[in-house]
Amino acid sequence: MNFKLKVWRQKDGASPGSFKDYDAKDVPSEASFLEMLDIVNESLAASGEDPIAFDSDCREGICGTCSLVINGIPHGPGKGTTCQLYMRRFADSDTIWIEPFRAAAFPPIKDLVVDRSAFDRIIEAGGYIVVRTGSAPEANSLPVAKHDADLAMEAAACIGCGACVAACPNSAAMLFVSAKVSHLGLLPQGQAERESRVIHMVRKMDELGFGSCRNHYECEAICPAEVSATFMARLNQDYALASAKKVLAV
Amino acid sequence: MSMILDPKIPSGPLEKKWSKHRGESKLVAPNNRPKFDLIVVGSGLAGASAAATLGELGYNVKCFCFQDSPRRAHSIAAQGGINAAKNYQNDGDSVFRLFYDTIKGGDFRSREANVYRLAEISLNIIDQCVAQGVPFAREYGGLLANRSFGGVQVSRTFYARGQTGQQLLLGAYQALQHEIAEGTVKMYPRTEMLDLVLVNGHAKGIVVRNLVTGEINTHAADAVILATGGYGNVFYLSTNAKGCNVTATWRAHKRGALFANPCFTQIHPTCIPVSGPYQAKLTLMSESLRNDGRVWVPKKKGDPRSPDQIPKEERDYYLERKYPAFGNLVPRDIASRNAKEVCDQGRGVGPSGLGVYLDFSDAIQRHGESTIRERYGNLFEMYQNITNENAYKTPMRIYPAVHYTMGGLWVDYNLMTNVPGLHVLGEANFSDHGANRLGASALMQGLSDGYFVIPSTIANYLATQMGKKASTEQPEFKAAENEARCRINRLLSIKGKKTVTTFHRELGLLVWDKCGMARDAQGLQEALQKIPAMRAEFWENVNVLGDGAEFNQALEHAGRVADFLEFAELMCLDALERNESCGGHFRLEFQTKEGEALRDDEHYCHVAAWEYAGPHTRPNLIKESLGFEYVKLSQRSYK
Ligand SMILES: Cc1cc2nc3c(=O)[nH]c(=O)nc-3n(C[C@H](O)[C@H](O)[C@H](O)COP(=O)(O)OP(=O)(O)OC[C@H]3O[C@@H](n4cnc5c(N)ncnc54)[C@H](O)[C@@H]3O)c2cc1C
Ligand code: FES
Repeated sequence: MNFKLKVWRQKDGASPGSFKDYDAKDVPSEASFLEMLDIVNESLAASGEDPIAFDSDCREGICGTCSLVINGIPHGPGKGTTCQLYMRRFADSDTIWIEPFRAAAFPPIKDLVVDRSAFDRIIEAGGYIVVRTGSAPEANSLPVAKHDADLAMEAAACIGCGACVAACPNSAAMLFVSAKVSHLGLLPQGQAERESRVIHMVRKMDELGFGSCRNHYECEAICPAEVSATFMARLNQDYALASAKKVLAV
Repeated sequence: MSMILDPKIPSGPLEKKWSKHRGESKLVAPNNRPKFDLIVVGSGLAGASAAATLGELGYNVKCFCFQDSPRRAHSIAAQGGINAAKNYQNDGDSVFRLFYDTIKGGDFRSREANVYRLAEISLNIIDQCVAQGVPFAREYGGLLANRSFGGVQVSRTFYARGQTGQQLLLGAYQALQHEIAEGTVKMYPRTEMLDLVLVNGHAKGIVVRNLVTGEINTHAADAVILATGGYGNVFYLSTNAKGCNVTATWRAHKRGALFANPCFTQIHPTCIPVSGPYQAKLTLMSESLRNDGRVWVPKKKGDPRSPDQIPKEERDYYLERKYPAFGNLVPRDIASRNAKEVCDQGRGVGPSGLGVYLDFSDAIQRHGESTIRERYGNLFEMYQNITNENAYKTPMRIYPAVHYTMGGLWVDYNLMTNVPGLHVLGEANFSDHGANRLGASALMQGLSDGYFVIPSTIANYLATQMGKKASTEQPEFKAAENEARCRINRLLSIKGKKTVTTFHRELGLLVWDKCGMARDAQGLQEALQKIPAMRAEFWENVNVLGDGAEFNQALEHAGRVADFLEFAELMCLDALERNESCGGHFRLEFQTKEGEALRDDEHYCHVAAWEYAGPHTRPNLIKESLGFEYVKLSQRSYK
C-alpha cells in the first residue's frame, strides 16, 4: 500500500512547527501504524533527513507511551491505541494527517513527542493508598464484593496516555482523574484517604492548566482503555461531598 | 587470578535462613538514613518498589528511567499473573511446593536459598498489593480468585484480568509518586544511564544522558541499585518493549560486575507468528490461554487443508500425546521446543509454516463462548486486531518468541554484585529462575526484590560506608563522563551507510538462528566469528543522524545496539561453554532418546559468571557451584 503523509515537524518546544509531506511506499497491509512510520523513517535516514520523532514502547496497547492525532482523532480511527492500529484500516493512496497530542498542559518536545508529566504530578497529589511496606494485613481478611472489584478494575484500566485530554475541546483531564479517584474510592482499602485524595487531585489538575469539563464526552469516545464517563459523575459527587465537609469542617 | 565467589548464603535450615539473616543483618538507624544517598536505575516492578520502600524508610533516593513516566516501564505489559503460595484454593499448595516447582521448573540451575526466600515472600507481596488497591480478580464471595499457569499442578496465580503487570506496576508507581511528593525520592524520567562510576572499587555513581536535552552529567551516591530489566531485545524481535536494553548491566559488567548465565534466555511458546521483515516486535498471547486451548498440528506434512477441514484423527495434539500428566500445561521451554520440532518436520501451519494451532473449539463447546470470552476476551480481540482472524471461529496460530532472560548480573544473597555497593534487582539479575522461568514468577521476583529483600539487605553494605561520601567532583566521575561523551560523538561522526535498525535486525536474525531455541557448537562458533565482524562494521558504517545535544531517538537506539553487539558475543560464548542442555538452553548434542534436555550435573551444576577482561580478550569464567540439600537432582519429567 502507498500513502501520502502530512506530518507535523517541530525541532523543539521553542521552535515553531509545520506540516511536511512524505510518501509512505510499499507498506504491507499487515503493518501497524507505527511500523509504517518506522518504514518511512528508514527511508528518511537513507536520504539524510532526520527521522520523525514519535513516542512508543510496548507496542501492545498497554504502556500508554504512544500518542499521535491521526486525521484529527487521538490514536486514529477505531478503538485502541495508535500502536494497535493496522494499515489495513486505511485505503490505498489515502492522505493521512499526523499531529501530536495538543494541550497547554502537554508542552511539545519534538515533532510528535509531547511532555505528559503533568499526569505524574496529579498522581503525586494523592492518587495512591499509603501502605507502609510490610505492614499490610492478610489479603483475604477484607473481602471485596466482586461487583466493586470489577468496577474498580474498569477504572484502573486507564493507561495514562492522555488521549482524553487531546480529544477534549477544553483539554480537560477529568476522565483521567476520575479513573484514579474511582479505582481507589471504590475499594474498602481506599476509604481513609478518599476525601483528601479527590480534593488534592482536582486542585492539582486545575493548577496544571487543564481545562474544565463541559460534558462533550469526546474523552470517553476515544479512550483506548474504554474508561467510562460515568466515573466523572462519581468524581463530581466525591468532590462536592469532600468540599462541603471541608467547609463545614465535619 | 581467579576470583572466589561467595554467595553469602546464611547457614541453618532452609526455612530459617531468611529470618535468621534478617535478624543478623546490620541496621541503619532512622536518623542516619537521610544521610545516605541511593541511586535506583529503573522504575519497573523491581525499581519502583525498591525506590518507594527505601524512600519510605527515610533514605535519600534518586530514581531514573528512560520512559517519560515511571508508570510506563516494561513491567506494565505483563498479562498473566503473579504467583503466591497462599493456598487459598486448598489444593495442596505451600511455600515448599512453590519453592520446589520453581527449582524444578528452572531445571536445577538456581540457588535453593534464594528460591525458598522468594516463595516465602510471595505471601507478603499479595498482602501488600491488595492493601495498595491492586484490583485482583475476585470470586463472588469477595475473596481473591486464582488460576493455574504452566509447569505446575496447583492454582496459585493471582491476576487482574489480562493486565496483572499493569495493575501491580501502577501500585508500585503510586507508592513511588507518594514518596516523590514526600520528598524522599527524586525522579528522573527520560534519563538514560550510560555508565557506572567506581571510586576505589566501589559503585558510587552513574553517568546519565537527559534524553530531551541531550545533556550528559553524573550523579553520586552511597550505593547504586540497577533494576533495568532484561536483554531479550538482543534478538531484535521479542515480546519486550522497544526500549528494553542491556546497556546499564553491560556497562556495569565492563566496570567489573560479573555477568551470570547470559545464555539462559526464555522463548515463550504462545506468541503471534512473525508476518514479515517490516515487523518491529512480537506480541505475546498470555500463557493462561493454554488452560483452555489445545495445541495441535496436522499429522501429515504440508497439509494444505484449513483447520476445520482436518478431522480429529488426523490432528496431532502433540503435547497431550507426549506429556499426558501436564498436557498443554508443560513448562515454556518444553512447549516451545516441541513447537519448533513439529515445524521443523514440515507440519507447521500458516503462511510461513512457522506456527501451530491453539484451538479453543473444545473449550467453547464445553463452557460456552461467553465463558471463554469472559476469560480471554481482550486477548482474542488483540489477536483479531493483529491477524484479522476470529479465534472463536478458527484456531489461533502461535509460534515461540523471545520473552524473558534468566541470565543477568551475578548477585549474592544480599542482591549485591561482586562490585561492592552495586546491587541488582528484578529481571536484570540472574538470581532465582535458573535455566527456565515458570509463568507468573517474574512479577513475584521483581516485587520480592524491591519491596522486601533490598530494603533490608542494603544496610549490610551501607553500615560500612558511614562518612565515605563520593562527590561528582572526583576525577573518576569526570573521566567516566568524558568517556560517555566521546562515545556519543564517535557514533555521530561515523556517518556511514546503514541504519541502526538494519544492524539490530541482522544481529537479531543471527542470534535467533544460532543461539535461539536450539543451539549447537558449530552454529555458536559461527556466530562467534560473525559478531565481531558485525560490530566492526557497525563502528565504521552506521549512520546516526542529528545531534547529541537534542532529543535524538536514533542516537539512543545506536548506543543500545552497540552494547547488544558486544553482549551477544558473551551470550554465545556462554552457550558454547555449557556442554549440556538445561531448561531454555537446549544444545542439540545433549538430549535424551526422547529429545528432552539432558543435563550434566557432574560438570555443569554451577552458575557461569563471566568477568570482563578487556576488548578482544576472552572473558574469565568463574563458577559458583550449586548445592542441593532439600531437593533431589533429577531428570525433569512432565510426563
Ligand atoms: C509481554 C510480556 C508479558 C509478561 N507476562 C508476565 C506475567 O504474566 N507474569 C510474570 O511474572 N512475568 C511476566 N513477564 C515478565 C515480567 O513482566 C518482567 O520480567 C518484569 O516485569 C521485569 O521487571 P523489572 O522491574 O525487572 O524490569 P522492567 O519492568 O523492564 O523495568 C526496567 C526499568 O529500567 C529502566 N531502564 C532500563 N535501562 C535503563 C537505562 N540504561 N537507563 C535508565 N533506565 C533504564 C526502564 O526505564 C524501566 O523503568 C512478561 C513479560 C512480557 C514481555
Ligand atoms: S506503545 Fe505502549 S500503548 Fe502504544
